[in-house]
Amino acid sequence: MTQATLLAAPKRMVELTVDGQTVRVLDGSTILDACRQLGNEQPTLCYGDTLTPVNVCRVCVVELEGSRTLVPSCSRKAEEGMVVHTDSERVRLSRRLVLELLGSSVDLSTAPAALEYIEQYDADPSRFGPDAATVAQPVKIDNDLYVRDYSKCILCYKCVSACGEDHQNTFAIAVAGRGFDAHISTELDVELPESACVYCGNCIAVCPTGALMSKAEYDKRVAGTWDPAGETVVSTVCPYCGVGCNLELHVQENEIVTVTSPHDHDVTEGNLCIKGRFGYRFVQNRSA
Amino acid sequence: MFGAGGGTSSYEELRETADLIVLWGSNAREAHPIFFHHLLKAVHRGAKLYVVDPRRTSSAQWADLWLGLDVGTDIPLSNAIAREVIHSGYVNEEFVARATTGYEAYRESVEPWTLEEAERVTGVPAAAIKELAHAWGAAKFPQLCWTLGITEHHNAVDNVFALINLALLVGGVGRNGAGLQPLRGQNNVQGGGDMGAIPNKLPGFQDVEDAELRAKFEAAWNVPLPPKHGLHLSGMFEAIEHGDLSALYVIGENPAQSEADQTRALKLLTSLDCLIVQDIFRTKTAELADVVLPASASWAEAEGTVTSSERRVQRVRKALDPPGEARDDIEIVYELGRHLGVDLGSPRAEEVWDELRSLSPMHAGMSYERLEQLGGIQWPCWDEQHPGEPFLHGRLWEDVVEDPAPFMVVEHSPPVDELDADFPLRLTTGRRLESFNTGVQTGGFSSPLHRGGEALRVSPEDGARYGLRDGGRALITSRRGVVEAPVAFDRMLRPGLAFMNLHFPDVVETNVLTIDATDPKSGTAEFKATAIRVEAIA
Repeated sequence: MTQATLLAAPKRMVELTVDGQTVRVLDGSTILDACRQLGNEQPTLCYGDTLTPVNVCRVCVVELEGSRTLVPSCSRKAEEGMVVHTDSERVRLSRRLVLELLGSSVDLSTAPAALEYIEQYDADPSRFGPDAATVAQPVKIDNDLYVRDYSKCILCYKCVSACGEDHQNTFAIAVAGRGFDAHISTELDVELPESACVYCGNCIAVCPTGALMSKAEYDKRVAGTWDPAGETVVSTVCPYCGVGCNLELHVQENEIVTVTSPHDHDVTEGNLCIKGRFGYRFVQNRSA
Repeated sequence: MFGAGGGTSSYEELRETADLIVLWGSNAREAHPIFFHHLLKAVHRGAKLYVVDPRRTSSAQWADLWLGLDVGTDIPLSNAIAREVIHSGYVNEEFVARATTGYEAYRESVEPWTLEEAERVTGVPAAAIKELAHAWGAAKFPQLCWTLGITEHHNAVDNVFALINLALLVGGVGRNGAGLQPLRGQNNVQGGGDMGAIPNKLPGFQDVEDAELRAKFEAAWNVPLPPKHGLHLSGMFEAIEHGDLSALYVIGENPAQSEADQTRALKLLTSLDCLIVQDIFRTKTAELADVVLPASASWAEAEGTVTSSERRVQRVRKALDPPGEARDDIEIVYELGRHLGVDLGSPRAEEVWDELRSLSPMHAGMSYERLEQLGGIQWPCWDEQHPGEPFLHGRLWEDVVEDPAPFMVVEHSPPVDELDADFPLRLTTGRRLESFNTGVQTGGFSSPLHRGGEALRVSPEDGARYGLRDGGRALITSRRGVVEAPVAFDRMLRPGLAFMNLHFPDVVETNVLTIDATDPKSGTAEFKATAIRVEAIA
């Protein structure tokens, strides 16, 4: 069973400098890729490893010599000879302000990465005072599978990309409104059961702030029984159709509380369907 | 036809390389949603998509062209496509000459299937058939994918042959990017076959009637094996009917609700001397059993492997302790062995797997360690240096083809349950996105998508014709039984075609209606074609 395999033409390498260090990356890589290759992690919120960059959150901006403005490292392609600074005063100021604006208007209590960045950049979201505008609003609970708490939404677009052309192609949600009133919405703002949503939960899988959360997790958090510290994660394969999607079963006290799929699994890229993500409960409906 | 049964190509080839994808009798958008993600990436990349299905499904809505054929006319359609490919000069003459047999007889057999004749029999416009034929002929990397729309017929195997013939005509198999993919409906239906849970094969698709192969297993297991193939499920039901089979051991299957012609199935199951059911639930079948062996859920409460549609063997792992007295399937089997006087020891899943590897050459290189490292391996994998095979049948493109692939002449054979004045509507069945088979598992979660799932779906035209009301109720009668169901009008259906699913048997027993006409080779029943009439209930 031997067969000649066509190999793609080898890719060119480009060399750039990040914080004084030289790095060579494949042509087509981003500045963020180059940073990571150096072990130089950058903060990101709207970036997703399986999503097309939309560069809206601006926390990953870096200073590029010769560029008038700061550039988003998650989407700006690395070019030969670039000189990049990721920790200059200008970068730190910009990141700090972005985090302060987000933190003052959005509930980040279930967004550990954002909280970490706020500390890292010495950001003070309270500095706009108690009257600063917020996106606070009641939690939307309109089905038994997942809840939407847009008080926690930073408008990173990741759910829109996952629901749209990047993966699911259902297009149940988009950004509606403008300026501070911009928000994630179903078509005509109807409740989920009336919308095009197919409950794959691929939006939950990419949400960086907990604005989208499975009902199971939400209920446990409300009841005070959510225990991520005591959680084990076991890899297995979905029990439904024959596609072979890998599952990660998140187990707390012998109970599956969440199902995810690894982003680096080439069958799913982190995505599942309604059965894979929510169809696990039958194993727990059996009485002893 | 090709020996080992499995999809010939990988999802990656479809996603990255295919320039034409034909989904035939498959609503992958709902039945294989993550496979459909790969397909949509191909579509966004520019690949053409053709969907052949009686219903204009959510998959068909993504197609460049939908061919809405009448149920059970797949062979006329395929033969007409073949004729058009041949007449238009698209045949890969060199491939056909070097790598196939039986072309002349096949060519003659499709000759009567002109576009016009096919339109008359299939209901698909001649121009649409022609368009697909020309797309098929011109494609460099065609992928042909099918599901139960092809196989749940009384002539299932002939239907599959009809599709394979199309691939052979254009050299559409055995090379990177081009292939045939039967999409598997359950997470380990491929693995079950691989492991020999089919009547005529030992593990690794080794023929049970081959004395030499059998001797290898007899030596390893230290028991004589029956030299003849066994029975498939439909054959077992016939044997019960004829009094040749009186005890049944059912593992992880719910035939009391999943079998076609349910009234007959229940009669036969209750006539057994002994029915043993091993399941994770007290299913309707378990309720009929003399003995119930509570089992663990193989994907979350036990160690092991499953094999996917692209022949990829992957590990399943234990995350939970099973409830109560439920036990691992392996443990149940060796305990049962002990009670029958056979000591199988107390093997762990990995030891069972390693024994399998020692007997099945196509699995030989798949140690648990490598399965872990490589994220699964696609069979065949001959040794621990072998990476596995993303596609099969590359041999058809070698300089000397030792074992050419045969064209199979297949003739049209319409559905057994004929339409007439008393039963004028064609009922077909299929899966819904949020549900699975008899709903034993998917009944366990609350989803807005379950709403209305049990309905009889008809076209608005038929609704008006038979005096039904959208949201009303109807009596549905076939030659085998009557059920009552809510009615939903559905524009995916053409007049003359009705649709139900099997997911909610506790609410609507669809299988009271279906016919158990089965394919003699595969044993699959014709779930896809029932003749019914409908009457509104006031």
